[in-house]
Amino acid sequence: MTKTISSARADFPILKTMVNDHPLVYLDNAATTQKPQSVIDALVDYYTHYNSNIHRGNHSLAALATQAHETTRGRVARFINAEHKHEIIFTRNTTESINLVAHSFGDTFVKEGDEVVVTQLEHHSNFVPWQLLCQRKGAHFRVVPFTPDGDLDLEVLDKLLGKRTRLLALNHVSNSLGTVNPLEIIIPLAHSRGIPVLVDAAQSVHHIEHDVRKLDADFYVFSGHKMYGPTGIGVLYGQEKWLEAMMPFLSGGEMIDQVTVDRTTFNQLPFKFEAGTPDIAGAIGLAAAIDYLEQFDTEELAVYEDDLLRYGIGQLGQVPGLILYGNPIRRSSILPFNLEGIQHYDVGVLLDAYGIAVRTGQHCTQPIMDRLGITGTVRASLALYNTREDIDALVQGLKRVLKMLKR
Amino acid sequence: MSTILEIENELIEAFGLLDSWEEKYDYLIELGQELPAMDPAQKTDSNLVKGCQSSVWLAVECQDGRLCFQADSDSLVVKGMVAVLNKVFNHQPAGEVLESDLRFFESLGLWRHLSSQRGNGLTAMVSHLKQAAARCLGQAEALPATNPQEE
Repeated sequence: MTKTISSARADFPILKTMVNDHPLVYLDNAATTQKPQSVIDALVDYYTHYNSNIHRGNHSLAALATQAHETTRGRVARFINAEHKHEIIFTRNTTESINLVAHSFGDTFVKEGDEVVVTQLEHHSNFVPWQLLCQRKGAHFRVVPFTPDGDLDLEVLDKLLGKRTRLLALNHVSNSLGTVNPLEIIIPLAHSRGIPVLVDAAQSVHHIEHDVRKLDADFYVFSGHKMYGPTGIGVLYGQEKWLEAMMPFLSGGEMIDQVTVDRTTFNQLPFKFEAGTPDIAGAIGLAAAIDYLEQFDTEELAVYEDDLLRYGIGQLGQVPGLILYGNPIRRSSILPFNLEGIQHYDVGVLLDAYGIAVRTGQHCTQPIMDRLGITGTVRASLALYNTREDIDALVQGLKRVLKMLKR
Repeated sequence: MSTILEIENELIEAFGLLDSWEEKYDYLIELGQELPAMDPAQKTDSNLVKGCQSSVWLAVECQDGRLCFQADSDSLVVKGMVAVLNKVFNHQPAGEVLESDLRFFESLGLWRHLSSQRGNGLTAMVSHLKQAAARCLGQAEALPATNPQEE
C-alpha cells in the first residue's frame, strides 16, 4: 500500500514553524531538504538505545550498531539498484564523494596530456576537484557549454569526448537551472569510446530515475541531507572494477589489512575507502529517509513534482518583470529567476520577512552565472512536501516585494 | 554635530515607531534612497567590500582626525544599511568610531535578522570602517579584525 503525497506534509514537523510571524514556506530544498519525523526518530533511537562504535567492538551494542550500519549499506544498494553492497562507499557528502574519485581514480588513471571533461552546468563541487586534478597531472580540463535554453550542447560534448578523455563528470540535474541532462544519450556515447562517467545525483536521486545499472553510471554520488536524510552522510557508488583498481583516498583506521613498519596493505571494499569512524547515525538516518521515500509510488511522485514545477513556472510568469532562467527540454524541481532591475539579495531578504525561504546568489555555479551574464538568481526549489499553496505564497510575496522595491 | 550616541538614539526612536518588519524594511530602504550619491570614480574594485552577495563600495578617508566616507550598493536593502552607517559614523572623530559597537542595530529590530545573513556584508563594512578609523589614529597594528570569518 503506497502512501499518498498529500499526507507527506504532516510528516515534517519543521513545516509547522512560524518564521517572522508567518507560517514557514520552505522553498530552499536544493540546499537541503527538511526531515520527516521517522528520520528524526531513527537518529534519536540510535543514540538512545544502541550507540556504539562499529566493526571492531565485540560487545552487544557494537554488534547492533554494526548490523544497523551494514544493513543501511544494503538498503542504499537496493535503492539505487547497485549490483553489490560493497560498491556503496559512505562519505560525508557529494563533495567528498567527488573528491574521493578525483584523487583516487585521478591518481590511478589520469596522466599528463590526458583529458577530463565536465560541463558548464556543474556545481563547483563537480568542477573544481577536476580542475585541480588536471593541474596536478598536467592534464587538460575540458568544459562542455550549454545552450541559451540551458541544455548541454551535445554536439560539443560529442567532439570533446576524445581518445585522451579519461573521465566525463556531469550532473543529472543542475542545481542552478534544473536542467535534466539526457544521461540515456550521454552515457552510452561516452561508453562507446571507453570513457567512464561520474554522475552527480545530488539534485536528482530523490526526484527522478536513480537506477545506476539502468543508467549504466560508473560512479554515482549524492548526499543524504538533500533527500530527506541527515547532514553528514553522503554516498559514493562505484562499479566494483573501478573501486578495486583505485588507491585509497583517506588513510588510517578501518581501511587497512596489515600495517607494519615497512608497508601497509588495504582492507577489502568498501572499507578500503572508509578510514576512521564513519557517521553511523547518519547512515541509519539515511536508511530511514530511503524507507520514507519508498513509501510513495515513484511514478505518482514524479507526476506530482512535475505538475508542481509546471504550476510554479506558470504562476511566476504572472509576476510583472520576472525573468525565469533557462527553458531546458526537461527540468526538475528548480525555479531560477530575477525581478527585473532588482538585486536577488533584496528579494531573498524581503521574502524571508514573510517567512518564505529561498536561496539567492550564485548557488556555487559561477560558470553558469558568467554564461548568463548575471551576478546571481533567486532560486526556489521544490520537494515532495511543497504544495500549490507554497507557490501561491511565493508569488504573493514577490508581488509585495515588488511594491516595496519598485520606487 | 550630534554625537554617535545621539544619532543612534534618534534612529532607535524612529525605527521604534514602526511595528512590522515590513515597515522597518520600508523605512530602511527609504533611508537608502536619501543617501548622498557616491562619486562614480570611487566605485573601483579596490573599494569593493568583500564578503557581500551584492556589490558594496566603500571609500574612506581621514580628515582632521575624522572619518569621512562615501558608500553605495546595488542592493536597496544594503544601501539602507549603508545609509544608517553613514548617518551614525560619517564625519565622526576616528576615536569615537573605534569605540562604538553595532549594538544599536539590535535596537532597530533588524539586527538579528540581517546579521544572520553573511552575504549582506554589514559586519564587513563596519570592520572596514573601524580599520580605517584605526589607521586614522595611527594604531592599525594594535587592532584585531572585528570579524575574521566575514571575509
